[in-house]
Amino acid sequence: MELLCPAGNLASLKAALNAGADAVYLGLKDDTNARSFAGLNFSVEQLTQATKLAHSQGRKVFLTLNTFPKPGQEHRWYLAVDIAAQLGMDALIVADLSLLSYAHQHYPHLPLHLSVQASATNLGALSFYKEAFNIERAVLPRVLSIKQVRDLAKASPVDLEVFAFGSLCIMAEGRCHLSSYVTGQSPNTGGSCSPANHVRWQDSGADKLTRLNNVLIDKADASQQLGYPVVCKGRYVAEYDQDAKYLLESPTSLNTLSLLPDLAKAGVTSLKIEGRQRSPAYVSQVTQVWRKAIDTYFAAPDSFAEQPQWSQALAKVSEGQITTLGAYERQWQ
Amino acid sequence: MAIRVTMKISLAPISYCWSKADVEQFYQQVANSNIDTVYLGETVCSRRRELKFTDYLDLANMLKTHGKHVVLSTMALIEAQSELNELKRAIDNGDFSIEANDMAAVFYAHQAKVPFVCGPTINNYNRASLDLLHQKGMYRFVMPCELSKDWLQAVIDTDKKPPFEIEVLGHGYMPLAHSARCFTAKHYQLPKDKCQTICQRHSKGLLAQTQESQPLLRLNGIQTQSAAQVNLINQIPDMITMGVNYWRISPSKFADVDLGHELASLLANLTAGDVSQTNELPTKLLPFTSATDHQRHCNGYWLGLPGMQYTESAQLAP
Repeated sequence: MELLCPAGNLASLKAALNAGADAVYLGLKDDTNARSFAGLNFSVEQLTQATKLAHSQGRKVFLTLNTFPKPGQEHRWYLAVDIAAQLGMDALIVADLSLLSYAHQHYPHLPLHLSVQASATNLGALSFYKEAFNIERAVLPRVLSIKQVRDLAKASPVDLEVFAFGSLCIMAEGRCHLSSYVTGQSPNTGGSCSPANHVRWQDSGADKLTRLNNVLIDKADASQQLGYPVVCKGRYVAEYDQDAKYLLESPTSLNTLSLLPDLAKAGVTSLKIEGRQRSPAYVSQVTQVWRKAIDTYFAAPDSFAEQPQWSQALAKVSEGQITTLGAYERQWQ
Repeated sequence: MAIRVTMKISLAPISYCWSKADVEQFYQQVANSNIDTVYLGETVCSRRRELKFTDYLDLANMLKTHGKHVVLSTMALIEAQSELNELKRAIDNGDFSIEANDMAAVFYAHQAKVPFVCGPTINNYNRASLDLLHQKGMYRFVMPCELSKDWLQAVIDTDKKPPFEIEVLGHGYMPLAHSARCFTAKHYQLPKDKCQTICQRHSKGLLAQTQESQPLLRLNGIQTQSAAQVNLINQIPDMITMGVNYWRISPSKFADVDLGHELASLLANLTAGDVSQTNELPTKLLPFTSATDHQRHCNGYWLGLPGMQYTESAQLAP
């Protein structure tokens, strides 16, 4: 079972490798990936360095190309595929049909991982991508229960990767327009959800406010913590109601440590840690804990127990310091 | 002879959980309208069982006898094997084409050689992807709602005329996201597995406003919609000129059938000359746009802006 960790820069990449990641995923410094933030990601030169470094330690490195080529600008995405192939990277993480097609035709030996942004949640969708582009692996959206993951893994024509830890996206990824509804930019079109240049933190008397393109996402008094303003984690007032509530989800993170045995038994190939936008310290901390947990499990699967210090360490780097099993747990749904 | 405008009005599937009696009454009204194309079926949640698949087939046949072009719509988020089985049943109906809202529908429709429309939740973001799906059997696509006029123009303006038809959501609440979680059940503190299809209480979703009373979202079970209705009536002349084939209405009330009927009548009597005389058409469309107010309507996506915004035609550069 692979531990796949995020890297937003070379320091994070080194942190991930030092802490025991089996593989690292990263993106180029432009909108060909959905974490297109200023100061983040890799130039071609840095990508070359990163690939060499990972390979010298016997680890894998995947290029994230999970946005959708814009009409008239497709060549930029195609070029990114060419670069990854020339550098001998180990896989591409792709969502767009035309890009999958390009990579499959030009570099049939370069493994393709279907990005979570393609939103493939069932056997029919996975079969489509396998048949059309011979994808090797698919990343499952965070909408399936653990039972559904198990059922799908039994029948899947491709390897499965799941999100194990990090920010919790509660929508079928790749098909969420909440960010663009408010800001004009979505992960699919602009390369990020809730782009930072639309975010504003304000003080209003005793209250703290967060706004996204002027829309009030949340309000709290000094004693409460406010999360990063994404539309699905705001506090709103429902029709016929008085009080503002987290009508969709509160600022929480995903943590599936307790599900590790279930995911392993289901035959999941890879556990993904979210957070290319996070610091090297985050990458290091999270990777260390998951490395230890995975090794502990495989050393003695029957006696595995989640250790309190692991969860404590992870809670420190979690959004709102609260974690959930999200959709894996039927009750959450 | 004057050249007639060929753009037609289509009606999206009802996205809410309405009672069987309401749904039947609604489609009787549709049958008696001059709306051209009707999409039919449950697209949001398989727990809604007011109408069974056979009920939808009966409605489809009834509409067909009234001269409607009927397309059977399928689910946007498919997680369970039972939902895949239901999908295959819809594809194997033997008569009607389908609206694919998930790649599973594309896969099975292609296998069964059933022609399909790609609905708004299929990620079509460039011409090469559209051409690829056309090869699999797609004869029409509904533009994903976050895309713009400029995007569509770029997709059309290539060496080869698009071999598929184009449909744009012109009026109604937009489907913005789908989740495993049922937000309506959560609001009523009911577990999803015992939801009592509580979403039936909200015939056009449950409105969510910001703490500054700004309407933002509509919670419709596992689907999140825009609080504002997209309104592209003033953009109809643009769309006709570009070659958009279908102007889609996503219904949230019976009166939307009247809107579709009136617009269809107007389009049927339009000539290309009317469209090129830019003042003529907006005047004819005026009765439909007078009720516009900014909080309730939006057109941002079409203009390349945040989706929730509304810009008056007068403020648009020519």
